Amino acid sequence: MISVPRRQTLALGASAVIAGLIGGRIPVRAATPGTLTIAFNVTLPSFDPTTGTSAVNPTIQAIYRSVFDQFVGQKGDLSFEPGLLTAWGWNADRTKVTMDVRRNVVWHDGSPLSPEDVVWSLTRAADPKSGNPIQFIWSKIGNYKIEDHRITADVVSFDPTLFKWMAFLTGYVLPKAYYQKVGADGFEKKPIGTGPFMVDAYEGNAYLRLVANPHYWGGKPAFETVVFKFVTDATSRVAEIESGSSDVTLEIPYEEYDRLKHKPGLSGIATPVSDIGMIFISNTSPAMLDPNVRLAAIHAIDKAAIVHRLLRGYGVPLATLEAPEYEAYDPAITVSYDPAKAVALLKASGYSPAHPVSFTLQTTRGFKPKDYEMIQAIVGMWRRVGIHADIEVYEIAKHYELRAAHKLAPMAFYNWGNAIGDPTTSTGFAMFGPSPHSAWKSADLDAKIGPLWGEHDEAKRIAGWKAVDRVIAEQGLVIPLLQYVQPVLFKTSVAVAPNVSGALQPTLVTKTQA
Amino acid sequence: MAAAALNRAAMMAVTLLGVAVFVFVLLRVAPGDPVAMMIGPGASPQDIAALRTRYGLDGSIMLQFGLWLRAILGGELGTSISFHRPVASLIGERLPATLELALSALCLALLLGAMLAVVGTLSRRGGEAAVDGVSGLLLAVPDFVWSLALVLLLGVALPVLPLSGRIDPSLGTDFRTPFYLGESLVTGHWRAARDVGAHLLMPATALALPLAAIIARVLKGALQEAMVQDYVLVARVKGMSELRLVTREAMRNAIGPTLALTGVQFTFLLGGTVIVERIFSYPGLGNMAIEAVINRDLPLIQGLVLVFGLLFILTNLLIDTVIAGLNPKLRHG
Repeated sequence: MISVPRRQTLALGASAVIAGLIGGRIPVRAATPGTLTIAFNVTLPSFDPTTGTSAVNPTIQAIYRSVFDQFVGQKGDLSFEPGLLTAWGWNADRTKVTMDVRRNVVWHDGSPLSPEDVVWSLTRAADPKSGNPIQFIWSKIGNYKIEDHRITADVVSFDPTLFKWMAFLTGYVLPKAYYQKVGADGFEKKPIGTGPFMVDAYEGNAYLRLVANPHYWGGKPAFETVVFKFVTDATSRVAEIESGSSDVTLEIPYEEYDRLKHKPGLSGIATPVSDIGMIFISNTSPAMLDPNVRLAAIHAIDKAAIVHRLLRGYGVPLATLEAPEYEAYDPAITVSYDPAKAVALLKASGYSPAHPVSFTLQTTRGFKPKDYEMIQAIVGMWRRVGIHADIEVYEIAKHYELRAAHKLAPMAFYNWGNAIGDPTTSTGFAMFGPSPHSAWKSADLDAKIGPLWGEHDEAKRIAGWKAVDRVIAEQGLVIPLLQYVQPVLFKTSVAVAPNVSGALQPTLVTKTQA
Repeated sequence: MAAAALNRAAMMAVTLLGVAVFVFVLLRVAPGDPVAMMIGPGASPQDIAALRTRYGLDGSIMLQFGLWLRAILGGELGTSISFHRPVASLIGERLPATLELALSALCLALLLGAMLAVVGTLSRRGGEAAVDGVSGLLLAVPDFVWSLALVLLLGVALPVLPLSGRIDPSLGTDFRTPFYLGESLVTGHWRAARDVGAHLLMPATALALPLAAIIARVLKGALQEAMVQDYVLVARVKGMSELRLVTREAMRNAIGPTLALTGVQFTFLLGGTVIVERIFSYPGLGNMAIEAVINRDLPLIQGLVLVFGLLFILTNLLIDTVIAGLNPKLRHG
């Protein structure tokens, strides 16, 4: 019998571990063929895409759209396409809507999709008790009737954006029979949809594994398996892609994106997305009631310099709350960087660099790329013309609370998304007084915006919003800064199609020959 | 004895009640309204009120606290706003992950700390200075910086360890219990055990390094003190080697104060899991706590703080018991 002394055994064990580490014997799994691994920047707390905080998180829609289908589909350029509805529209006087439900669609459990599923999903979404945060849209129609695969409904209150919302937040079709059978808890444990991927395994805060839906009506997806790793720390996401542990990642610092995008084996795209940086102006502050102060603040900001120097060119300076991809974008509306004009405006109100107007400017720090640094730069630009701003850093949760209570500081930095590209969701909700999200609440502006909510003529409606944007720019009622650019980094073995909505859907990723 | 146990239990209950009151009031007065974070762009005041009612945030603080306390006494911790699931079951799923991480870190810290202490005790002046330098470095660098350094070294530059998660997604989660490491070791699923262990190694090391330095310093001091005691001198005269003197004779007397300190430091280590779990996307209580705070998921935050409080109390109780067991003076009163 061979006897091995204890000390020698311990030494051998330690050597084996070290050798295993150095030799890579403890496996670090790179992406396996047929599997797409995404180092994702947010976690998925709930599978119900219609309630709670995750329902209104635009980024999470990438996951929801993988498992579920929306009533209406949306392309990467924000234009709309058939989803589970193949046709939709209003009647001439906008009192009824019709929706044609796609045929030959099956749920992940093999049962067929029916128009009843669509009606149930819409009815549930409109029910205030469901906790759907977009209930205000879904409640605009009711009294559904089904005839074969066509659904008709009465318009309770005309909203021109109804069908656009069907491609965005909470606009998902859920399985009526299955949900009623398993209940909310059962659905969380084993969700099913009609989407391109089926839920295979889920570990909260760690990963979600999806497998391709072989019966998907849109064709079988390019990848058999998709793994969303929930890597919320940006540095860790960089490590994930740099080490080869993930195939794709997004929302990494621009410096890292520039460093890695040309590295052998990696590639990247940087797409302007439907998310803009802006500064709310609150008319609860006496200083903000002075149009000279507001306009001076706007003209003193060199947005191009901010984009160029702070964001390494990854941003699009804006003059209104409409990004170029939005329907009411009007390139004719411009706001010049003109510090001399800012000085003159302030002088007219009795202010100068020696006697500046003072107020508080709230901002997040680290919530968006270079948010605090941008605000610091802006405060520096203002100081030169005669504006003294005290920076107050707050958490995003506090911003929401203050904004809902109309208690924001005179100026407050925020980012505003609008993935349906409609002006109601950008200028509308940000500037209309009754909206819980607006900071500038005035009867004059509300009188201009009010009629546009129910405007039947689409061309007239969009022209109306452009006119409102012009008034806002001329009066300086908000400070639009820039459109964010989303960096997506990926292995050269895959290709990623840009998506202006910012949702990194696995269906936008394809295999390459590299 | 029974009176002492009852007294201890009463103190625990009072402490937990204090924690509950403190966290509940703090969350209500701190900025950040969960309903404000989820209201849609066109929500009317009625819509907002309906959401507030749905999540039980429409009553007074006293009423909300009373309802919460009643639920706790009934064994419930409420329903998470963001996860839409009972807080108790969420915590039940994640707590084992954090416990496995914290205990692994503790074992690593004890091992490394003890090794450093023994080497420092046995070394001459130069060697001892080197050990002091190493432990000083380990202590000076916080756990989250160690995390990033380990990520860069063992995850990117020398990619030998997985960077995120608790297990490789391709291995699945066919575990009967949420104790992945423990279960896979007990059931002999070595592939799973190796994978879970590999996922644990970096975060556990990051947590362990600062604690190892503290253990090394305290233990080395205690060992050096013990090494000049009479019983050690007698053993030395009898011809016992220096290594055996340190590990057999001196260690017995030196380990007591080190264990007491380790127990206290373990509670800090548990707190450290929050940021380390975040960096490594490790699905434990800490990672969930950050998500809960970001989403202002009040029931979940309350439940997590309560559980962390309970863990701290139980850890201290365990350490007191162990020390009393080791020290007859304390045991007998």
